[in-house]
Amino acid sequence: MSTLNPARVAREFPSRYRLEAARCDACGAVSFPPRLVCPSCRGRKFKVVPLQPEGKVLTWTVIHVGPSSHKHEVPYALAVVELADGVRITCQIADVDPAQVAAGMPVRLEFRRIQEDGEAGVIAYGHKAVPA
Amino acid sequence: MRDVAIVGVGLSRWGEVWDASLRTLWTEAALAALDDAGLDRVDSITVGSMTPGLFVGQEHLGALLADELGMAGVPATRVESACASGGVALKVGFAEVAAGLADIVLVTGVEKMTDVSGDECTAALAAAADAELEVFYGATFPGLYAMMARAHMARWGTTREQLAMVAVKNHRHGALNPHAQYRQEITVKDVIEAAKVAEPLTILDCSPITDGAAALVLAEIGVARKLAKGRPIVRVAGVGQATDRIALQSRADLTTLPATTLAAQRAFKMADKGPADVHLAEVHDCFTIAEIVVVEALGLCKPGEGGCQASSGRTALGGELPVNPSGGLKSKGHPVGATGVAQAVEITTQLRGAAGKRQVKGARVGLTQNMGGTGASTVVHILEVAS
Ligand SMILES: [Zn+2]
Repeated sequence: MSTLNPARVAREFPSRYRLEAARCDACGAVSFPPRLVCPSCRGRKFKVVPLQPEGKVLTWTVIHVGPSSHKHEVPYALAVVELADGVRITCQIADVDPAQVAAGMPVRLEFRRIQEDGEAGVIAYGHKAVPA
Repeated sequence: MRDVAIVGVGLSRWGEVWDASLRTLWTEAALAALDDAGLDRVDSITVGSMTPGLFVGQEHLGALLADELGMAGVPATRVESACASGGVALKVGFAEVAAGLADIVLVTGVEKMTDVSGDECTAALAAAADAELEVFYGATFPGLYAMMARAHMARWGTTREQLAMVAVKNHRHGALNPHAQYRQEITVKDVIEAAKVAEPLTILDCSPITDGAAALVLAEIGVARKLAKGRPIVRVAGVGQATDRIALQSRADLTTLPATTLAAQRAFKMADKGPADVHLAEVHDCFTIAEIVVVEALGLCKPGEGGCQASSGRTALGGELPVNPSGGLKSKGHPVGATGVAQAVEITTQLRGAAGKRQVKGARVGLTQNMGGTGASTVVHILEVAS
């Protein structure tokens, strides 16, 4: 079951292709991707800001049994990464032996292919983190 | 609010039940609970089910199952809250009786998971995580819980062996439960050396894929007293529910489950009780790390001490506070929508003193904790023997 509907993929272009985030006018918290209500203060006014691509690994795992969309990549390292402006994201750690990933490891986001829907279908891009 | 009691309990066959459909499993459980209560009519039905649409291509379970039971006409509602669907179905049934909308409610949960391939099952379950923030990037539920495990190990010194001991304990309990899906005992070595799923978790840290259904009959307490037949009356003393940020990454602390703590506080307040009053608990051990974090979140031990609860024997049968005497999700099985209801079936059976070889002696107050996703939905019930 693919969830790579072309409309969905296109909707996600601003955050996935341009790393657009939103800074809350009221409390300054950065949300990524942008949303209508700030989860910190329920503020509704935001300014679009670029996400800071540098950060560090908070926690990680190495996935050996992957979903069909990522089965060809196992074993792969998946992590919760905290970026410089406090935003946290979940993504793969690439360009490194998964056994070498550790908490506190400095990383940087890079634009990478994430999923594809067969040979002729939609290709979805996003980010993976690589050692900084 | 009116007092509510559990007057009937029932389970279907659990496991890989290839010869039974969702509707057959559900009806087995419903009939068992009605027969246990000595009733052939109800005022209302609730059905907890996570995603029958993805598992068997069937939605609209309320009407389907009322019809299946020969009870077309009775109001019936499907409730969804990921793996907490069953627990929330119990809450909804409780609310109907407490509010006076119904005197007798059939509360049920069901999931038919083995008709689809492993990949389809993984995708169906993953639908309870955040599709855009987690699943898109290759996250799986074992992977998300594995990241909680790593964070808990780093913060509190929880060990790989302590994780494994949760599985060892729950299989030891499940071996005593004729209804459990996996009744064989396992060792710490078996768990650690089993096939890796998401490091540090192996296949034996994970609850299995299960077909099954569970049912309860709830009644207003006056009705319940007439139906007691000399058995202890089990009262629903407390109900609590809470949510959290859905994606694990959004939680300030990756080693705690605030929704479980909130739900427990609400349930304890309603029951006018605290963690020290609980004699046994059935908790949501979908992965070994989950039981460790949950017992901390419920206040059944101090923060950071969840890891040593199973390894010290405190939460084993015969210990001070048995947790998952049924075998838990790990050994008894985890048909996701049925689990929250089955937990209450086990506690009711224990409070009636009818749990056989796995009976917790002197049990008068029990707790159930059922959660969805990585803990973004939690529902807690406190059951007690009514005086
Ligand atoms: Zn704000």
